[in-house]
Amino acid sequence: MLSFLVALGILIFGSMISLLTRRWVRHVTYGSVCVGSVTGLFFAVYALCQPLAQSVRFGTPLPDLAVTFGVDPLSAFFLVALFGLALVTSLYAWGALHDQHARCSRLPFFPLLVASMAAVLTARNGVLFLVCWEIMSLTSFFLVVTDHERREVRHAGWIYLVATHLATTFLIVCFVLLRRETGSFDFHTWEHLAPLAPALAGLLFVLALVGFGTKAGIFPFHVWLPHAHPAAPSHISALMSGVMIKTGVYGLLRLLTFLGPPPLWWGVTLTAMGLCSAVMGILYALVQRDLKRLLAFSSVENVGMIVVGLGLGVIGLQQQNPLLVLLGLGGALWHVWNHTLFKGLLFLAAGSVLHATRTRMIEQLGGVLKRMPMTGLAFCVGGAAICGFPPFNGFVSEFLIYVGLFHGAQHLGGLSLCVVVAAIVGMAFAGGLAVACFAKIIGIVFLGEPRSESATIAHEGPLAMRIPLMVLGVLLLLGGLFPHAVWPGVFAALNVVAAPLHLSGADAGDPVLALLAPVAQVAALLLGLCVVAIGFHRLFYRNRRVRQGITWDCGYAAPTPRMQYTASSFTQPIAVFFRALFRPHIPYARPTGFFPIATTFAVHIADVAEQRLFVPLFRGCDRLFEPLRTLQTNRIQNSLALIFFSLIALLLWEVWFGI
Amino acid sequence: MVHLAILLISPPFFLGVIAKTKATFAGRKGPPLLQMYYDLFRLCRKGTVYSRSTSVVLRLAPGMVCATLLMAGLFLPLSWPAPIHFSGDLIFFAYVLAFGRFLLLLSALDVGSSFAGMGASREATFGALSELAFFMGLVTLAVITRSVSFSGIFLWGGTHPMVRPAIVLLFLSFFLILLTENARVPIDDPNTHLELTMIHEAMLLDVGGPDLGLMLYGAAIKLFLFMVITVSCVWPPTGGFGLPEIGGFFAKMIGMAVVIGVVESSNSRLRLSKVPQLLVANFVITTLALLATILGGT
Repeated sequence: MLSFLVALGILIFGSMISLLTRRWVRHVTYGSVCVGSVTGLFFAVYALCQPLAQSVRFGTPLPDLAVTFGVDPLSAFFLVALFGLALVTSLYAWGALHDQHARCSRLPFFPLLVASMAAVLTARNGVLFLVCWEIMSLTSFFLVVTDHERREVRHAGWIYLVATHLATTFLIVCFVLLRRETGSFDFHTWEHLAPLAPALAGLLFVLALVGFGTKAGIFPFHVWLPHAHPAAPSHISALMSGVMIKTGVYGLLRLLTFLGPPPLWWGVTLTAMGLCSAVMGILYALVQRDLKRLLAFSSVENVGMIVVGLGLGVIGLQQQNPLLVLLGLGGALWHVWNHTLFKGLLFLAAGSVLHATRTRMIEQLGGVLKRMPMTGLAFCVGGAAICGFPPFNGFVSEFLIYVGLFHGAQHLGGLSLCVVVAAIVGMAFAGGLAVACFAKIIGIVFLGEPRSESATIAHEGPLAMRIPLMVLGVLLLLGGLFPHAVWPGVFAALNVVAAPLHLSGADAGDPVLALLAPVAQVAALLLGLCVVAIGFHRLFYRNRRVRQGITWDCGYAAPTPRMQYTASSFTQPIAVFFRALFRPHIPYARPTGFFPIATTFAVHIADVAEQRLFVPLFRGCDRLFEPLRTLQTNRIQNSLALIFFSLIALLLWEVWFGI
Repeated sequence: MVHLAILLISPPFFLGVIAKTKATFAGRKGPPLLQMYYDLFRLCRKGTVYSRSTSVVLRLAPGMVCATLLMAGLFLPLSWPAPIHFSGDLIFFAYVLAFGRFLLLLSALDVGSSFAGMGASREATFGALSELAFFMGLVTLAVITRSVSFSGIFLWGGTHPMVRPAIVLLFLSFFLILLTENARVPIDDPNTHLELTMIHEAMLLDVGGPDLGLMLYGAAIKLFLFMVITVSCVWPPTGGFGLPEIGGFFAKMIGMAVVIGVVESSNSRLRLSKVPQLLVANFVITTLALLATILGGT
């Protein structure tokens, strides 16, 4: 535990120091994150392997607030992802920011963000948790608006700020209700909560689902994600998408350990919401033209898969079916790690492309692979992994969830059977669309010919930006080839959530190991077969003539890169098929007259959750609270007075009625 | 070993059977049954021309596509249990095939041609949509036979009533998936010469020589795999191993190829915008099959 506190100290100290210096700010910031992350990573891996369950407590004079940090395998599991990715992204950013001094003013928030996420994952007190949660939200907000000169960045930051605060409101209500039941904010008293009334437990679950689900980016609470990720610098997007949205998953899991045996509808709700997230996320990802916005929607998809696994695990807990729990929760947790790795890789690689070409627009890129071979290769590996292809790591977690779902389809009945079958088909559909989606990005961005001037100037970044990509790429492959090395960690973490099933003992995870052993062998075989086939293919070319020519275009005399298929045309059949969902807005001026000169055409696809749910909701709120505008005079003493009086009112409420 | 040999050698033969059937229907003599082999040999002896737009992807893709398809072939029982079988191998099968499709799409986009882009776009769309029906079919089979492995599903011990409604529906559905995944007639015409209407062929326009040979060979294997799945629904493998079984296997595969030839001869290709509707209808068929299974009891 001491080394964890040391790591936390290094991160906070680094952020303070970097506030003081201007010249060394980059080195201090990223140096401290590197050192802090390495320290924390060692601790987290140790805590996961051991499995360690410790906590330290610092009393404070404030009632209910005890600064309690604790670690158990579940925390350690997420900490490994956090510190691992923080280490890699800080190395990357160290290289990426070498020529961008203007952006350095926001750097002190970076170590603070890592520290606050670590604190969220280890907080063992409700108030402390919420405080750290807020620090995490605020520091990430400041990092998102790094390029605050641009209008859309400020807009994105604003949406993010509102979303994350609304989510926290739900969490506050949830935690206060728990406090009322137990009389304490300490997590260890919540763990021994007597069986709650079903209605109360259900209410707490829904509150947590909305609160944590917003952070995790579950459909339809994901609306902030596609705004915040393109706005933030790439390494921040990587960290936010790779780890920060997972704190929402962590929160859900942690809360499940408090609420006692779950009823069936929780599992069904989780699975259904996850399914919805997975399919909608990838559908929207497919039609995006902004590289990072696309990756953000793909995060929604992957969180959906995680939540499907989670829901399956909860159904298993309710049915007392250990195999379902192992496969569902195990697959979900595993996918957390996997998604951290490949989404981190994809965001960093996208960042390199952005860094080199100064554009995120897929339609303007092309042929980047030849100019940035290493980044391109890393992106291809990441794309293959996120689509879940063997022999990469993404396959293993999706495989476990699928096998769990198939097992569920064979052993469940009624409503849960329907949901499980829908989940299988939905995940398969999402998988098929993911293939289309990542073939589109790789094909349009990295292959073919450059579509604009900016794509022709693409070049590799400094070595510090390439090494993280290589490390992550190799980890993706290793994760797929040696799944049995990863399983003990996953098992230790899932055992915390599945404690009521008493899955203790060395052989409890064996069914999964038995499933994984052939997968690992077959993945290795596939890799070998690919190498052999490529070698065999090369054999044909001994002493053969290989010429270079131009691409076949029906004999057209002057081919230009603009004749290539574009990303929008690639996804057009799907966009048309789902037009009821996308509701594209197409401003199109029809050419008129005998000699039309100019016309314009554009397609805008808005997010249905944003347009149909949140815009009307906020409009309604706006109208409802319009009369209160008169109180808003933009004078600070009035605002302070308002806050003071509301506090008094709340105090009186507390004295007379209790909470 | 025999499994591997059949998998490696026989697939192009069935394309010959299909071509012969179609020729017979059209009143022609048709190419010899082994024409595909001649084509492959001829292509393998050639050199090739690469577009200047292409990158290393196009050079690696043909070999890898073949590798993924061969890998997938190792999971299917022909008449005896497959060389590789484990619980969940059907998921591996589906994902390996998807990997192959992914590589094919990338190699198509690599040449930077509009035609290849069109083909890739259609392949990606139809592939995603047919995934729906394919997995629903797999779930139905898994529920009927309580197994998550092809060898378990298709070798459920000979006690299998062949004319159950669910099985008939599944046969129909897998047959449609076969036609979709392999770009056969109602979806795509393998003999078309108009680039704008192609799907699979359009992706191969800029591939030549041994690369084209490998791609065509891969396509033949893919057709072979889907024929095995489809035919196993109605005529499950016996599980034994011997000359009669091998003979039986070839008999039913040739039968299947003739059926494909007949369907191809008696249908014209659909308008491209109609294809997604067909695929969704196919999904409905598999859903009905699942309902029939669950409500009908096992």
